[in-house]
Amino acid sequence: MTDLLWLIPLLPFIGFVINGVCYKIMPKTLAAIIASGSVAVSFIISLLLFFALKNGDIQSATSFYYNFITVGNFNVPFSLLYDQLSALMLLIVTGVGFLIHVYSAGYMHDDEGHNKFFAYLNLFVFFMLLLVLGANYVIMFIGWEGVGLCSYLLIGFWFGNDAYNDAAKKAFVMNRIGDLGFLLGIFMIIVNFGTVDYAEIFTKAKDYEIDYAGVTVLTGITLLLFVGATGKSAQIPLYTWLPDAMAGPTPVSALIHAATMVTAGIYMVARSNILYTLAPVTMGVMAVVGIATAIFAATIGLKQNDIKKVLAYSTVSQLGYMFLGLGVGTFTGAFFHVMTHAFFKALLFLGAGSVIHAMSGEQDVRNMGALSKKLPITFITFIIATIAIAGIPPFAGFFSKDEILAKAFEYSPILWGFGVLGAGFTSYYMFRLLFLTFFGSFRGTHEQEHHLHESPLTMTVPLMVLAVLSMVGGFINIPEVLGGTSWLKEFLAPVFAYSIQKSEPAHALSHDTEYMLMGISVGVSVVAIALAFIMYIVKKSVPASDSDEKGLARLLQHKYYVDELYIAIVQKPLDKLSSVFYAIVELKFIDALVNISGRGAINTSALVRKIQTGNTGFYVFAMVIGIIIIIGFTLV
Amino acid sequence: MIVAALILIPFIFGLISLFASKYAKYTSLVGALAFATISLGMVYTDLSTTATLNCNVPWVPSLGISLIFNIDGINAILLLLTAVITPLIIISSFSGREYSDNANFYALISFMQCALAGVFTANDLFCFYIFWELALIPIYFICAIWGGENRIQVTFKFFIYTIFGSLFMLAGIITLYLQTPAPHSFDWNVLNTLDSVDDLTEIFIFICFSLGFAIKMPIFPLHTWQPTTYAVSPTPGTMLLSGIMLKMGIWGFIHWVLPITPQSFIAWQNIFITISVTGIVYASVIAIMQTDYKKLVAYSSIAHVGMIAAGLFTTNIEGVQGAVIQMFSHGVNVVGLFFVLEIIHRRTGTYTIAHLGGIAHKAPFLSVCFVIIMLGTVALPLTNGFVGEFLLFTSLFKYQPVLCTTAGVSVILGAVYMLRMYKSIMLGSTNDITQNFTDITFEEKVVLVPICLIIIAMGVYPNMILSISEPYSYDIVNFIKDNRTDILTYINTK
Repeated sequence: MTDLLWLIPLLPFIGFVINGVCYKIMPKTLAAIIASGSVAVSFIISLLLFFALKNGDIQSATSFYYNFITVGNFNVPFSLLYDQLSALMLLIVTGVGFLIHVYSAGYMHDDEGHNKFFAYLNLFVFFMLLLVLGANYVIMFIGWEGVGLCSYLLIGFWFGNDAYNDAAKKAFVMNRIGDLGFLLGIFMIIVNFGTVDYAEIFTKAKDYEIDYAGVTVLTGITLLLFVGATGKSAQIPLYTWLPDAMAGPTPVSALIHAATMVTAGIYMVARSNILYTLAPVTMGVMAVVGIATAIFAATIGLKQNDIKKVLAYSTVSQLGYMFLGLGVGTFTGAFFHVMTHAFFKALLFLGAGSVIHAMSGEQDVRNMGALSKKLPITFITFIIATIAIAGIPPFAGFFSKDEILAKAFEYSPILWGFGVLGAGFTSYYMFRLLFLTFFGSFRGTHEQEHHLHESPLTMTVPLMVLAVLSMVGGFINIPEVLGGTSWLKEFLAPVFAYSIQKSEPAHALSHDTEYMLMGISVGVSVVAIALAFIMYIVKKSVPASDSDEKGLARLLQHKYYVDELYIAIVQKPLDKLSSVFYAIVELKFIDALVNISGRGAINTSALVRKIQTGNTGFYVFAMVIGIIIIIGFTLV
Repeated sequence: MIVAALILIPFIFGLISLFASKYAKYTSLVGALAFATISLGMVYTDLSTTATLNCNVPWVPSLGISLIFNIDGINAILLLLTAVITPLIIISSFSGREYSDNANFYALISFMQCALAGVFTANDLFCFYIFWELALIPIYFICAIWGGENRIQVTFKFFIYTIFGSLFMLAGIITLYLQTPAPHSFDWNVLNTLDSVDDLTEIFIFICFSLGFAIKMPIFPLHTWQPTTYAVSPTPGTMLLSGIMLKMGIWGFIHWVLPITPQSFIAWQNIFITISVTGIVYASVIAIMQTDYKKLVAYSSIAHVGMIAAGLFTTNIEGVQGAVIQMFSHGVNVVGLFFVLEIIHRRTGTYTIAHLGGIAHKAPFLSVCFVIIMLGTVALPLTNGFVGEFLLFTSLFKYQPVLCTTAGVSVILGAVYMLRMYKSIMLGSTNDITQNFTDITFEEKVVLVPICLIIIAMGVYPNMILSISEPYSYDIVNFIKDNRTDILTYINTK
């Protein structure tokens, strides 16, 4: 069965090649069918493999294809790893990916770059699958950089617009900063382990734990890898590219910047869980960065008025929760949240896309309102997703968020407290968004109102499927305290076994404590929703125009001025340094020195030339002097 | 005797081209293609069959000068690079600008190829020096005759600068020659096994050689001839210089400096690597604010060559192998990059980045090629650039993590300046200069498509290059390692 594994990434790649080469002559419908079809077949294969794995018909296995880079004893094989973790990621990537391809067929139908769009989308899926399936860090890195490239191409998809191009460039460069960390992590692994293969590294790492030096090495490696993760998964301090990345077409935001690519960092840490478990310092750093990002981004989300920007900050914030989960040691919980988040966040973005589509490109919620009647399917599915992200049981978000928060409480009640606070913010800004968009009265132009329509079936069917998943997705891991069997935890146990064994707490939380924790977090969410209800339904208030905001609200609206800060402390100084190096060090110093030496040679020769007078008497005189000197030297 | 054919074929076709008037471009191309065919065949035959490959004929026996030309796994890669790049350079000049007096132009390219083949294969120091200087003459004329504004001044500086380095090298060569037992010899095998050289003499030889090679590469801070020369030269000249000629300097280090003066090298290793790393960061920073796109690529090239040097000087296997594959990759990528820029210049007449914009709307094919070459340059995985950089950085990390991290900044800066240039030239909206831009012609595709294919093929299956040079790289690594052990035991016994 695992013989079919290579087909999973290859099919989207073939789709990319066909659409990429024939993009000029390919009819739009055919291009969409090829692109979606290739991902659909990959999904079916993933599904077959998954059931085989679940039923024990096949075991996790590494498939070797060829030696990619070989230098002496060091070898990077091109090989793919199929295990429980990659099996589930495959399902998310190809499943959600397929739905978004279908949706795009409707969304991008009238765009002149339609075929190019599908080629890029297929290429993205290919790289994402490589990232997930790679059996060593280098293959993962290929996928890692590859998805970054596709992200760059798709953010700047409408490259006539310079703001979009800047957003694309920013995304690529910020990711590269993280990638340098990732690369250095890989080098450190190579130097210390002599291999990049997961299985070999993890086996060797277990022997490392005993001594202090070993822990230092592992801490270094994991911190460097984590730097990579902060880039790709938009954590402090490298998160600023993600909100800007909303410049891309909305399906891209859903697929790349919400459901799949940005979770690559979590996947990477989960994949390396053994290394991380052995480096408690890194775990602590990760938990703190995660919760800080979660709160920080959530507060920004409170005051954004662009529908996609709200969702973008929400994504950053939710990714923060996932890192919190990783940091406090619940790899399963973090991965569970990756999964449920993929469902409801993809749904939110696609819903937003449907709204933007209907509103003829309008993205500002202050110009929307009362869309529930005109876009009923979008409305209902959007509500479901909003409830799911707010953590209201029994929707998907509740279970995954609860798992992370419960574990955070074990680790430190303070982390838990911040986590609950962030959850309150989340509920507030999401319901604010929902109310402003779909309730109240319509605030757009007359023309927009006239044009309002529900999206075509190609767009609404994916919404409905994702809505179902957002409702029931949480049931795969119902904790014991609620009478479930924690299926996901059991399924992933082979991958996380070592970490679970290592981080098992001395005494687990009692059921009563767990009920209380759940009660509080749900309670906070409900209160936040009620506040949003009072504010935007009862009081019917509409956010003030940008310049009217004062104090804290203004600070939030301007995203704490972090972008401005980065420009002031990094970009401008770097440009300045470049100019100074060129104008002063290069031209006025190094090159001037070269020119002076050249000029010096010419001047000296001009001086020496003056001796060549043609006067025989002088020559004879000089000769005599010379002879005297030579004789003098010989005698002495 | 294959090596003799590789040197003579371009020479003969060069002579023919001189008298072929308007057919010169084709005769020169035929010569280059014959060269390519032989090299390709040679690389994938057994390189240990030295008898058929190499050449060893006495020339001036009384002075110990022989015509010794050898092929090993490393210079085979350089020959292959020359073989691949030269035809593309010739074809690239078929479209666009008409070179006045083109018989001379194409003859000079062929002579250049002959000289390069000689430099890469010479195993007799005297022959090496002759070819080394010979290589300067065609390129000097190409730049001085067909170059742009200020060409005389700029090429003069280039000429004097490199001659300056060569003179030191000559002094080193003579000193070294006099160290050989009488009757003296220039044979690499003899020079390689010299024991009796005293420390001071070895260091003198080492510095002389290093100066000559470092100027050619060029290594910071000896690089200032390069950006202006690249900018002023006609594009085929720039391609020859950046694509192949600078590898002469790297090859010099690999084949002459490391084996002949290993102990001085070991003593200076730290300094050399530190200088190289400084150069990487320095050139990357400067590239960011360049307004002339040819100069921008010139600085990016200095950064890349600095990386090759840093990795090579670590003399661990990853570094040497990385340097070998990166020499090839850099040659292909930089030639592709300069050709893309040439195409843009043909249609717009400007070298200023800020004057352009929106070309991707008009020329989708060109933009695809540009993107692929750019990705190769910024070392994205599955392109050729990644493999080299990955190995070079690994070697540097093994040597010293802090230096590796410093050099690693170029990974970020590379993305900054390349994407900035790409954005300003290709994206955004069109303006008066770019609105009538036409996509690339068939002749231009003939050059760019193979380059793009090589970039990807080598990125996907780099072992096709790495496996050729590996045994020979190991020789160098082990040789330096043995010398290091010798030094250590010497110090310990003292």
